[in-house]
Amino acid sequence: MRRLCTAQKEEYPLYIRIEDESKVKKLLPYLKTYRKECILAPLFKMLEACFDLLVPLVVAAVIDTGIQNNDTGYIISMCGILVALALVGLLCSITAQFFAAKAAVGFSTRLRSALFAHIQSLSFTEMDTQGTATLITRMTSDINQVQNGLNLFLRLFLRSPFVVFGAMIMAFTIDWKAALIFVVTIPLLSLVVFGIMAWTMPRYKKVQGRLDTVLRITRENLTGVRVIRAFNKQEDEKQRFMDENVHLTRLQLLVGRVSGLLNPLTFVLINGAIIALIYVGALRVDIGMLRQGQVIALVNYMSQILVELVKLANLIVSVAKALACAGRVQNVMELQNSMTVSASPSEGSGFGSVAFRNVSLRYAGAGEESLSGLTFSVRRGQTIGIIGGTGSGKTSLVSLIPRFYDATSGTVLVDGQDVRQYDLGVLRQKIGIVPQKAVLFQGTVRENLKWGNEEADDAALWAALETAQAADVVRGKSKGLDELVDQGGRNFSGGQRQRLTIARALVRRPEILILDDSASALDFATDAALRKAIRTLPDAPTTFIVSQRASSIQYADLIIVLDEGRPVGMGRHDELLKECPVYSEIYWSQFKKPEEMQSAKTGGDA
Amino acid sequence: MNARKDTLKKVMRYIKRYRFFILLSLLCAVISVVLSLYIPILTGEAIDLLIGPGEVGYAALWPILLQIGILMGITAFAQWVMNLCNNRITYSVSRDMRQDAISRIEILPLSYLDSHGTGEIVSRVIADVDQFADGLLMGFTQFFTGVITILGTLFFMFRVDAVISIVVICLTPLSLFVAAFIAKRTYSRFREQSEIRGKQTAFIDEMIGNQKVVQAFGREPHTQEQFDKINGELQRCSLKAIFYSSITNPATRFVNNVVYAAVCGIGAFSALRGGISVGQISALLSYANQYTKPFNEISGVVTELQNALACAARVFELIEETPEIADPADAEDLKPDGSVSLQKVCFRYQKNRPLIENLNLTVQPGQRVAIVGPTGCGKTTVINLLMRFYDVDQGAIFAAGKDIRSVTRNSLRRSYGMVLQETWLKAGTIRENIAMSKPDATDEEIVAAAKASHAHHFIKLLPHGYDTVITEDGGVLSQGQKQLLCIARVMLNLPPMLILDEATSSIDTRTEMKIQEAFAAMMKGRTSFIVAHRLSTIREADVIIVMKDGRIIEQGNHESLLQKNGFYASLYNSQFSV
Repeated sequence: MRRLCTAQKEEYPLYIRIEDESKVKKLLPYLKTYRKECILAPLFKMLEACFDLLVPLVVAAVIDTGIQNNDTGYIISMCGILVALALVGLLCSITAQFFAAKAAVGFSTRLRSALFAHIQSLSFTEMDTQGTATLITRMTSDINQVQNGLNLFLRLFLRSPFVVFGAMIMAFTIDWKAALIFVVTIPLLSLVVFGIMAWTMPRYKKVQGRLDTVLRITRENLTGVRVIRAFNKQEDEKQRFMDENVHLTRLQLLVGRVSGLLNPLTFVLINGAIIALIYVGALRVDIGMLRQGQVIALVNYMSQILVELVKLANLIVSVAKALACAGRVQNVMELQNSMTVSASPSEGSGFGSVAFRNVSLRYAGAGEESLSGLTFSVRRGQTIGIIGGTGSGKTSLVSLIPRFYDATSGTVLVDGQDVRQYDLGVLRQKIGIVPQKAVLFQGTVRENLKWGNEEADDAALWAALETAQAADVVRGKSKGLDELVDQGGRNFSGGQRQRLTIARALVRRPEILILDDSASALDFATDAALRKAIRTLPDAPTTFIVSQRASSIQYADLIIVLDEGRPVGMGRHDELLKECPVYSEIYWSQFKKPEEMQSAKTGGDA
Repeated sequence: MNARKDTLKKVMRYIKRYRFFILLSLLCAVISVVLSLYIPILTGEAIDLLIGPGEVGYAALWPILLQIGILMGITAFAQWVMNLCNNRITYSVSRDMRQDAISRIEILPLSYLDSHGTGEIVSRVIADVDQFADGLLMGFTQFFTGVITILGTLFFMFRVDAVISIVVICLTPLSLFVAAFIAKRTYSRFREQSEIRGKQTAFIDEMIGNQKVVQAFGREPHTQEQFDKINGELQRCSLKAIFYSSITNPATRFVNNVVYAAVCGIGAFSALRGGISVGQISALLSYANQYTKPFNEISGVVTELQNALACAARVFELIEETPEIADPADAEDLKPDGSVSLQKVCFRYQKNRPLIENLNLTVQPGQRVAIVGPTGCGKTTVINLLMRFYDVDQGAIFAAGKDIRSVTRNSLRRSYGMVLQETWLKAGTIRENIAMSKPDATDEEIVAAAKASHAHHFIKLLPHGYDTVITEDGGVLSQGQKQLLCIARVMLNLPPMLILDEATSSIDTRTEMKIQEAFAAMMKGRTSFIVAHRLSTIREADVIIVMKDGRIIEQGNHESLLQKNGFYASLYNSQFSV
């Protein structure tokens, strides 16, 4: 019961989480290489802000000194200063943009790479509990959002507060009583800005979750297109997509309604403050403490605060989104590999021996054991057939050999050594596995085969293809080994894919070969030829054949019959046929007894 | 350039549906902008009253301050309404685009879907639409107000001082020019970035999707290497795209600051000559600010829109992909009688690769047809053609005496019950999955179907029975259990014809034996096409078609074919050899 209910988990885990921030902090190490950029970008932005802050003072000087004293020379030189400030500001700003872009893009590149590596390091158990759709969103759109957020953050997050407080300080240098209005306004503004942010942040997370659902449905519609069309479900599927789509839109609108309050509220606060400034200004001018130009400078500072706060607000929305995404990325990063690796890995001695000692397996979250009390041992070069009904634990059994899962109890030994004592790479190097689902990857046939062994030359590849009965498939392609394989191997038929995946495993020249029901799409002749070819290989691997065809395993040295996870028969074909009712039932369902053959002949048309 | 205009036109078509909100948004934009522009004039008038010590005109000051207060309230409200409208427009448009995309996906020919990566198409429907929406929202919130601010500012400025206004008008186009110059150079970079991103998404889809195989072969270092290569490529072009586009802002702001200096200087000289008051300089300066800001924003929007348009173009490519040929107008519903015939059928997936050549086959109602042959001989292709997933290149397929291209697709597909080799279940409950063939099925019917296909037993053992939620790829279920569900799905609503593509290949033979009984009952009186490797399945067929290289090389029943001692006989006998 491995992957149960992950769909529900995707949709409803969305409560507000304060620890998000600390989570995001854990992503910071990926910024380390860009420490210089992360310091320089805001620094240059602040420099630019300093020049911006000087502008109202220069303008006040023009009014209060230049105009008052009729000094045209002064006015011209002050305007010159304004132009010079603009030019220096331009240079600072471009420099900042460059560093910010470099840090943001670099960060996301490293994070993406690290996340990819992390996902690759997860064990099968973690992959079962996460969906692929989820992991793919984390890798793509989530990290993109983080990149955009960081880029904005680096450029504006220091600059905006700096201008806000800078303007207040400048106001104090002009007139401390008037400046008190700044002291009142700024906290009020912050309250509005941060209050709205606190409300919207968790909701953006929900929006993202909804988007995930829409993504999942889209994927389903693509992977299941044949079934959907066969059942004429196009309209229903469209409806299902649209329902989810409408939900998403509705949520987006709800969040938008509140975040859209930000600009109007700040506008009211700032203009209220300007009214107060003029009123206080009037009193101060009246008693000769202020001059007209200075009142203008104060109003200008207040306007600057508005401009910066609007920027800050937009920034916060983006950063909130980015933080939500970063939190989700970190959630994946925090997934622990449930499999412990031996501190001092050893390499077993011997070649291809496998033993199970009272092995049981229960999958994470499952109520019942998928395998229980299994004991057997096989020697080098033997063939082991594993047969049993659907869900009887056949795949579970072979999954334990390359340590895809850890046995819940008991020990699995390969070459006389507990698999948990191995370095995983070393262990899996010994094993060639052909999974049930025949998956090929985009690239050439050669590239696909070399998955088995990077060093293999063409002769080795052809030898493996011959053994796997796939040489004709490749010869039939105009480019031979260089034939391109589409994503998922779609340009090959199911049977061709199966044989190619068998060849891929053989290229490795494994000690242990596992065929997990991997000849199901092959006709009997090919299946038989394949087994014969494997048997007659020099250094023939110990071969595990999982199958539902008795014919595939009947000549095995050891046949293990499984029923609901328990071994109900073990031995050779002849013995089992006599002693194991489950086995003989399977066998006779496929090979009719001679007398039945006779009746089938006569009653064939009934 | 033309392509971009074309894309823009299509975007406009989507936006047009929300005329009302656009009008309301425009109205509110006008109100809020005009009022917020009028406030500086009032502020200027107020400042002019603060002449010096003892010369403050309090009497005139109060009404002005009151006016400012009222106007700012109205402005704020209009702003909020405008934001709501803009959200409505943006989110609705992206919703519509996603809907059109999925609608198109449902009618695209399988040849398109089979030849395009799932990841790539998903990236268009989700990531591209999302990015487009972001761009559009920014466009709306800033473009409208930007344009109106420019017009409004011009109006108010001219009322104060014509000379300064003209200076401002002459200088600001510079910033537009700078913005356009940069935008032109960044468009292709964004396009490139978008392409590489798509490539990366496809790679992630493939490798994360098949992570178990990757790990089984210890390929993590290699895939990581490949990933890092694409990632590095993305880094390179993203940096360029982002940096170049982010120059726009500082560059235009520089132009604006120069304009600001000019207004200050000229205003001061004008004040010296007694042309305007100090308060008016203050108003003009604030206008110079507000007049140039929208140019900043518009140029920011322009770059954002570049990105958005590049994404939209990719979405439109999908939405406008040629759909499968529609049913002819006079297409009738097929009334299947179970007879099917293929006449001189030719078909190739790729023009230069012959596959099925001149295939002839006549099936009587109720016959059981087994198709056997070596892997890759075209068996699955025959099914693709029967179901009209692909259309024949030459020749024709008839069902109930009618060319299947002359009847509606729905009725044709409804006539077949299909169980494919690749089991596919949708995310949802077991119950929903079985009921796929008959949405209004009662619980009893569903259970009956599950029992008939021997799925009932394992379903009962699941934590929530029939209400157990399964994920997209069936997750918790074994391959065989998935297959049983697929069979139950057909069992629930039995059509007159059946297609079983290696349907029992991953079910154990004990279960299969039971299913065979069910199948036999199910197939009674029904035309069935069975692609199977199991000889037990094949033996009971009325007609066995032996295919090789797209052609039928032998045809007959089990006994007659064995007696013929040809290809079939050698296939059959091989199962007893090692």
